[in-house]
Amino acid sequence: MKAIETKDLVKRFEDVEAVKGINLEIEEGELFGLLGPNGAGKTTTISMLCTIVRPTSGSATIYGHDVRKESDTVRGLIGIVFQDPSLDDNLTGRENLDFHGRLYKVPRGEIAGRINDVLELVELSDKADVIVKKYSGGMKRRLEIARGLLHHPKVLFLDEPTLGLDPQTRRHIWEYIGRLNREKQITMILTTHYMDEADQLCDRIAIVDHGKIVAMDTPDNLKHDVGGDVVIMTVPNGGEQLKAKLEQLEVVKSTQLVDSTLRLSVDKGETAIPIFMDVARQEGIAVPSISLHEPTLEDIFIKYTGREIRAQEAAGGFAGHGPGRR
Amino acid sequence: MGDIYSIWLREMIRYIRARSRVVTSLITPLLWLIIFGSGFSSSLSFGGSGGSTNYINFLAPGILGMTVLFTSIFSGMSVMFDKEFGFLKEILVAPVSRTSIVLGKALGGTTQASIQALLILALSTLIGVKISGPLGLAGALALILVTMFFTGMGFVGLGISIASRLENIEGFQVVANLLVLPIFFLSGAFFPVTSLPDWMKVLVDLNPLAYSVDAMRYAVTGLHTYSIMLDLAVVFGFFVLMTVLGSVLFRNVR
Repeated sequence: MKAIETKDLVKRFEDVEAVKGINLEIEEGELFGLLGPNGAGKTTTISMLCTIVRPTSGSATIYGHDVRKESDTVRGLIGIVFQDPSLDDNLTGRENLDFHGRLYKVPRGEIAGRINDVLELVELSDKADVIVKKYSGGMKRRLEIARGLLHHPKVLFLDEPTLGLDPQTRRHIWEYIGRLNREKQITMILTTHYMDEADQLCDRIAIVDHGKIVAMDTPDNLKHDVGGDVVIMTVPNGGEQLKAKLEQLEVVKSTQLVDSTLRLSVDKGETAIPIFMDVARQEGIAVPSISLHEPTLEDIFIKYTGREIRAQEAAGGFAGHGPGRR
Repeated sequence: MGDIYSIWLREMIRYIRARSRVVTSLITPLLWLIIFGSGFSSSLSFGGSGGSTNYINFLAPGILGMTVLFTSIFSGMSVMFDKEFGFLKEILVAPVSRTSIVLGKALGGTTQASIQALLILALSTLIGVKISGPLGLAGALALILVTMFFTGMGFVGLGISIASRLENIEGFQVVANLLVLPIFFLSGAFFPVTSLPDWMKVLVDLNPLAYSVDAMRYAVTGLHTYSIMLDLAVVFGFFVLMTVLGSVLFRNVR
């Protein structure tokens, strides 16, 4: 049985179609990533899987249980780490976990032991009896992950688990997530708009844009898809002209121009660069900088959406993080 | 049952942890009682069916009603805070029925309101309030507790109902203030309601707090406007109505 299966899942809010038909099949034990810019429909998708938001149409099942018809059963099977903080600041870490354990009917005889286990897992044992108000952002996040695991869920949802955390804490949290997935064999779905996060952690990734999955595979296969190397040229003027010329070369597999950045997929970057420079010189187009790297998820995202994820983020930043949404 | 207890327990931990707020929220009702009570006691005495009494004895049950009203309706506001700070999501996705959440919250708010009111009652005896009703001390306390319980449950239910329909804390405060002050002023907490102008008498008769204050006043002084059975029937009905309303409206909260 699949851990998660969705068929043509759609969510419409009044006049906006946030999710436009998503099909997923996620295996038990898999660490699956939904990658996309803010507003792509990632949170809405997992909110439907978590029974928080009702799908407009289509179906979704968790271990065969329909999220709409068997929402209580589904709630007992899943754990959730929300995008926004959801701890009681006036309780201690231990009290937050105890409350969670009660709500999820963890047997009273086991609760104390389990709380100690999950606290140890996220290295918060020594802060267990401190009021959460005094925790740092990273500690709160770790406590939320611990809480998500307390009732031994079969599926753990993580919505932007490292949003707003410093790089060191992010890597720390990645370690926890990766270890939990390997050691406890918990199926995990995480949403993120960080390329490196998806790349580092996930077994498989679905790239989501405008409510649809535009690509889905393992990070390596996706990158392989773009192929070879990526050459990035800065072209302040005449980008279109240069793009048209270079596209005619046999070594160039695909090109993308975003503002003044021209990206070219090639088999062998080292030999392509001198050729590219010659063409630019012949055309009289200035190229102040040129670089070569192996394909990243960023390149894949651009390939499928024609945009950079960061530009999206900047444009959608206010809507996504304004106080009104918290 | 377990779920109701869990929700109640969290409310109580939060209450005990906010000790400074508990103390400050005792000050306002005590000021009312000391200043108004002592001020008017020096020149007035009040009568009604059941005899006559000093103004401070007359006022004390009104202040108890006020304490229960304020504490419980604003504890309904904790739904609003939970929503604002994200904790409500944690409760809403748990495998717990919405009714259990409402009942747990209501019991938590009522427990807090009762503790506050009993503290006020204890302190008021220190400034001269005497329990001299026909039920004796134990009977009076029993009647006060029962009345407070249903009144508190009712007003927490009302608070939850309002909080369920509103998007932000500012809105809640506006609605709560528009409701709370008229309910308080028109409850007969300050003055006898027997010889009021007709329009005012109608509003008092429609006010559940008026029956609550009336029952507690009977317990403290023996004075009353309505029959005690009517008082208890109204506060009980109010509790049932508001609990149902709160549960129904809370079901739609996201």
